[in-house]
Amino acid sequence: MSLDHVIELLPEINQAFLETLYMVGISLGVAVLIGLPLGVILFVTDKGLFLENGPVKTVVGFIVNMVRSIPFIILLVALIPITQWIVGTTIGPTAASVSLSVAAIPFFARIVETSLREIDKGVIEASVAVGASPWMIIKDVLLPEAKPSIIQGLTLTAISLVAYSAMAGVVGGGGIGDLAIRFGYYRYDNTIMVTTVIVLILFVQILQLAGDRFAKLVDKR
Amino acid sequence: MIEITNLVKKYHSKEKLVTAVDNVSLTVAKGEIFGIVGYSGAGKSSLLRCINLLERPSSGSVKVNGQELTGVPERELRKARVKMGMIFQHFNLISSKTIGENIGFALKAAHYPKKKRKARVNELLQMVGLSDKKDAYPSQLSGGQKQRVGIARSLANEPSVLLCDEATSALDPSTTKSILALLKKINRELGITVILITHEMEVVKEICDRMAIMQDGKIVEQGSVYDIFADPKNELTREFTSSILQFDIPDQALEKVEGTLVKVQFKGTTAGEGVISDMLKQYAVQGNFLHGKIEYIQEIPLGIFVLELKGDPVEIKRAIEYIEERTKQVEVLKGVA
Repeated sequence: MSLDHVIELLPEINQAFLETLYMVGISLGVAVLIGLPLGVILFVTDKGLFLENGPVKTVVGFIVNMVRSIPFIILLVALIPITQWIVGTTIGPTAASVSLSVAAIPFFARIVETSLREIDKGVIEASVAVGASPWMIIKDVLLPEAKPSIIQGLTLTAISLVAYSAMAGVVGGGGIGDLAIRFGYYRYDNTIMVTTVIVLILFVQILQLAGDRFAKLVDKR
Repeated sequence: MIEITNLVKKYHSKEKLVTAVDNVSLTVAKGEIFGIVGYSGAGKSSLLRCINLLERPSSGSVKVNGQELTGVPERELRKARVKMGMIFQHFNLISSKTIGENIGFALKAAHYPKKKRKARVNELLQMVGLSDKKDAYPSQLSGGQKQRVGIARSLANEPSVLLCDEATSALDPSTTKSILALLKKINRELGITVILITHEMEVVKEICDRMAIMQDGKIVEQGSVYDIFADPKNELTREFTSSILQFDIPDQALEKVEGTLVKVQFKGTTAGEGVISDMLKQYAVQGNFLHGKIEYIQEIPLGIFVLELKGDPVEIKRAIEYIEERTKQVEVLKGVA
């Protein structure tokens, strides 16, 4: 294992890292955009809550469970036609972002639901009692109250996505994982293998640290 | 004014149908402080929540200021709730918002003009004596202060009714006193009808005009607080009033009693008339106080005394008859009657 070799491949590693960042960023964004509302729906349609709706809860819950039960590697392959249709290609980080997003949405939705469940029911009751509309309660009570917990969940989702994105390398998705497979696995290049793993370890540590800090910062409890 | 007629609230819990509120009818007059007392599980909390329809009654009618609330669509209901404040045992403030924002939220819910919100929040904070806490978060306040914020929030939209759900049960006695004083002030100054539920008779004694006692979803007795304290009819009511009026005379002291032991209750103005001293003057009996207590309920005295009467049995009998005639409330605890 030589340092020279690592330095020689530094541009590649750098490129791969940026790709990972790109994939995780996109899918995290989509997870927030779609998963967050789904999580809110799962919670507020619950029995005894202000938008109680059994059928909606059951249908959304079923879809979320269904997507979550598919192993990611299968999802990756199964979504190839859809990926082709959406981004026009099936390889590269943008293409990998499609299946990563699909996996992240239900994952994050359940996390949001769990975070909302931690809110004191009395606070929700008090908001209903002052005559607030459902939208107001969601925007001004539920989301602010669950914010620290949702940020923790976002960190969790991001870290899971880092792991999933590495798997995307299998279908030529790009990123650190792809690099590890191409160089480390197929070419028996242990230097690259170890380097990529170190990069991933550091990345995850930083994500967790940043997430914890941020969650603590917004926590007023 | 609040009119509850034949209200029933049933819950489906695990394979069991629970009737939390069982055919309750109740009228609370405008400007009154009405207390609902009962042990936990008596249904008082469900009854209170049926008034602003946080819980939908299974049947029956709830009218607030002449408006029938059952069966009203959600949008209309929100408007009605704006005019009904509610405070809670655990305050239920939004922990991620400052005190000012918590109160502002209630104003926002009522579509209170945005420009005037700030001034209204300041006004409300001043009313509850927390002007300096506007930018604090709920976690930085004491229990009593949190309840004051809860009260400010409930009053934000000038409600005609204030519903209090065990509002002082999580507070210490001195804080309870100050919160009750604040509620009374609000009631007197703003003319807001207050309905409170509690398991503490102390609270009812302190501020309520009228009260009802609940058991197993039913109201077993209701009336003016004074009348209920002075002359409780129901077994459970007696249990509750005795928490305030009861006194135990030690067995040792009872054993030493040689004469006749009588318990005399004085209501209202008769308390000050010196019935006992008149009696002692007129009859050849010796009186010896063993215990005594005067409670002021709604500012009217209610006195209870236990005294031992010694002397000629005939005289004692006549003396007791005399007190009976004057007070109508004599009970012979021991000895000849």
